[in-house]
Amino acid sequence: MSRERYEMVVGLEVHVQLKTRTKAFCGCSADFGAPPNVNTCPVCLALPGALPVLNGHAVELATRAALGLGCKIDPVSIFARKNYFYPDLPKGYQISQFDQPLATGGSVVIGKDGQGNDIRVRITRLHMEEDAGKSIHDRYPGVTAIDLNRSGVPLIEIVSEPDIRTASDAGAYLRTLKQILQYLDVSDVSMEEGSLRVDANISVRPPGQNKLGTKTEVKNMNSFSGVEKALESEFARQCALIDAGGKVEQQTLLWDGARETVRPSRSKEGSHDYRYFPEPDLLPLTLDHKWIHETRAHLPELPDARKKRLVEEHGISTTEVEQLTAAPALADYFEAVARASRDGKAAYNWVMGEVMVAVRSSDKDFDNFKVRPADLAQLLNLVRDGTISHTAAKRVFARMVETGHQAAQVAADEGLLQVGDESAIATWVDEVLAEHPEEAKRYLSGEKKLQGVLVGFVMKKSKGRADPKRVNQLLSGRGG
Amino acid sequence: MSVENFVELSATAIAASVRAGEISPADVIRASFARAKDIGAGADELNIILYADEKASIEEAEEMQARVNSAADLGILAGVPVAIKDNIASLGLPTTCASRILKGYVSPFEATVVSKLRANGAMIVAKTNMDEFAMGSSTENSAYGPTRNPLDVRCVAGGSSGGSAAAVAAGITPIALGSETGGSVRQPAAFCGVVGLKPTYGRVSRYGLVAFASSLDQVGVVGRSVDDAALGLEAIAGFDKMDSTSSDAKVPIYRLAALGKPAPVAENPDTEAMRIGRSPVPLPPPPSPTTLAGVVIGKPIEYFPDTLDQSTRELCERALDRFRSMGATIRDVSLPRSPLAIPVYYILAPAEASSNLARFDGVRYGLRVDPGKGLKAMYEATRSEGFGPEVTRRILLGTYVLSAGYYDAYYRKAQAVRTLISEDFRSVFASGVHAIFTPTTPTPAFPIGAISDPYEMYLNDIFTVTANLAGVPAISVPIGRVRHLPVGGQIITAHFDEYTMFRVAYALEAGLGREAHQ
Repeated sequence: MSRERYEMVVGLEVHVQLKTRTKAFCGCSADFGAPPNVNTCPVCLALPGALPVLNGHAVELATRAALGLGCKIDPVSIFARKNYFYPDLPKGYQISQFDQPLATGGSVVIGKDGQGNDIRVRITRLHMEEDAGKSIHDRYPGVTAIDLNRSGVPLIEIVSEPDIRTASDAGAYLRTLKQILQYLDVSDVSMEEGSLRVDANISVRPPGQNKLGTKTEVKNMNSFSGVEKALESEFARQCALIDAGGKVEQQTLLWDGARETVRPSRSKEGSHDYRYFPEPDLLPLTLDHKWIHETRAHLPELPDARKKRLVEEHGISTTEVEQLTAAPALADYFEAVARASRDGKAAYNWVMGEVMVAVRSSDKDFDNFKVRPADLAQLLNLVRDGTISHTAAKRVFARMVETGHQAAQVAADEGLLQVGDESAIATWVDEVLAEHPEEAKRYLSGEKKLQGVLVGFVMKKSKGRADPKRVNQLLSGRGG
Repeated sequence: MSVENFVELSATAIAASVRAGEISPADVIRASFARAKDIGAGADELNIILYADEKASIEEAEEMQARVNSAADLGILAGVPVAIKDNIASLGLPTTCASRILKGYVSPFEATVVSKLRANGAMIVAKTNMDEFAMGSSTENSAYGPTRNPLDVRCVAGGSSGGSAAAVAAGITPIALGSETGGSVRQPAAFCGVVGLKPTYGRVSRYGLVAFASSLDQVGVVGRSVDDAALGLEAIAGFDKMDSTSSDAKVPIYRLAALGKPAPVAENPDTEAMRIGRSPVPLPPPPSPTTLAGVVIGKPIEYFPDTLDQSTRELCERALDRFRSMGATIRDVSLPRSPLAIPVYYILAPAEASSNLARFDGVRYGLRVDPGKGLKAMYEATRSEGFGPEVTRRILLGTYVLSAGYYDAYYRKAQAVRTLISEDFRSVFASGVHAIFTPTTPTPAFPIGAISDPYEMYLNDIFTVTANLAGVPAISVPIGRVRHLPVGGQIITAHFDEYTMFRVAYALEAGLGREAHQ
């Protein structure tokens, strides 16, 4: 297999839409999903005489992203015009940054290698730019429709060094990057909604060779697994091509997810001369050192730090913490429950069990989930102090999901408060023994293993209210 | 006061009379339109005005009358008719940049300068002819034909703001707005015998000015007198949140410069007191004789070359004599990099223009020519038919200088020289010079069709373009005539020192008196 004779070399360019209320250079809403061309104005339509004005919140989010990825912020960065003609680019140029980007350097740790060392992907640069509109080619026969709602929406482009060596590492890089950006709360980072887009530069070379091979650029992937598949496919194509004595041609390729293959892009992107020059309508972006320092100091906790802290504070395992910190909202929820209940283990079991099932099946996110962490913690406390049984707790939880009421309230309303009263339990035990004469006879004659079955009958009869410990004690006494 | 002598009325006089209820805004508007008809401002004669709507303007004036009656604050330009260059976005009248590509285009929003004029009581009566997209020095590059000079219909009015300068010279409006990128207000003002100024870059908002070269563009004012030009600038100057390159520096009351005193400092409480009285009170005329005692005026040797038109030189010397007689000191200075200004300008301005004009692509507005052979063919046909030869030339030039492999040799180097040109001005002003005096143009107005070589045409801007590259303010004031053709003298001051610029201009105007037009 020729592929083993080559090494894959990949660098990724990731475009991330910033979570601002308005666009990068005008006051139009940056919301996704409005009717076509509703969120537009003279500026983002590029009417004659309109001028851009930079959105300060976009600068803040971009800076936060750069700091969170360990980049160095340049206190002076320059916006530049990237000139090309396309109908969904109203000005005929995109406002971007070129030779003086917002930030450079930085890196992301994506896992450990065989020797336990960090696998690190370096970040070349992070710059701000605006999005283009959307061309819709397949809606109306014979014409292309243009929707400029997206025109001028703020983006950051994160360019990695060619440090990635396998398709799965590319996936790991993207997942890590997405997680970090989620924690920084700078973007929705959804590939489906287009708020995260990935272009891959890939080349091959014999292992040990320093010189890079000729690269191709692969675009049009719409999921992380699509990126991995596209890289595998393009890697195989390049290896086969070289083995057959051919040469890789520098070009832009489009990933066809349905056919799982790449095809050449019709536009000759490689041959573009974008004629970059400094954007004269905007002043250089000058950031105050103190402001940068304060932004850094107020960065949200990043995934690695949070994992470490959750393990230390709540006694959960390193495997468990990975699941809990996958998304910041989940980690927030867990942490609130664990703190309020002071029982990390129980909080973990509930959150990863009942809560995840309920959240997923209700098609809601944590923000809209009716059971608040404090209420779940209360439920856990009721179980721990024996006020309700574990079985009853599940029923209480189900009602809480529906109603949003507090645990104690639901338990009382449903009559599920645990009964520890000796005489009530004795009555249930008597009744069960009477209703199941066969089992009763065998148990009382010494068949101890039937005790569990009988406890179950009692629990059922009591609708979960009987304290199982007391039931066991009582049964043991009878079987005495 | 009546509107019978409308052509002689200053903006200040009109505003004062409208406020006082002596004349009605509608009468002023009717007089303006009557003058335009009498002089032949239309397409088949002087071709000064591209678009006007008399009925709408009179209706607007009648609405203003209601405000006069209710004694509302009418603003410093109450009832003053103003003509606007066709590259400044206005509601109601088209905004076409005198180009085929924008034929019939009406802007859905208004330029900040236009809104400010209206807020100050002015009435927009006309959109004036210009070189297409402000590219030219004679208004011969208009897709709608050249403007003729009202003082000699065989000659050009200058450009690119030829229509605005001619409108004021012809007595249609006392004030007009133009735009400057390399001298496009000062040069036509000089050719038409009126006052024209370019403020400091950033002094006036560019929002709604259709961009030619963004780092050089600035809205300018044409006035029949220095006083009217000062009033006009005062109305439009100031910070605009819609233009990131506009400055938040305080706007002095420029007309106080007529009193012949040094510029007020912002902290001076007297300035604030004057500010309260800004709107209603017409200022007294400048004291006569005006004094320039203590003022140092620089005469840059590079702007008085041996090749300078002899009559122009003599008129400049006369002006310098007047400065001396008013107590100013004239000092020879040097702006050594000025000879590089034309090449630098013709790299930077086309570079920016090639990008600024990319939006005229036939997709969203304006002309679309679609041969039905796909997108690229539509772009090519639209832009080939939509743009005239000079605009096409500059787009090609600009695209070339920004191309990979040429950027460093042209654009980057030109930017470096631009910085040096700016340094020249800084060091002269830092040496104690308050203002620089030069001829505005190398020659008076030339006959229509006389200059066909583009480079020869570009040399018309040789004395004006440096102020745009350096970003400093400059004004052209009439200093006499060669035969019947006007000659302008240029006063340049330091960044944001329009006050001193006006002070010297008021003095020159007063010092020359009727000689300014002889």
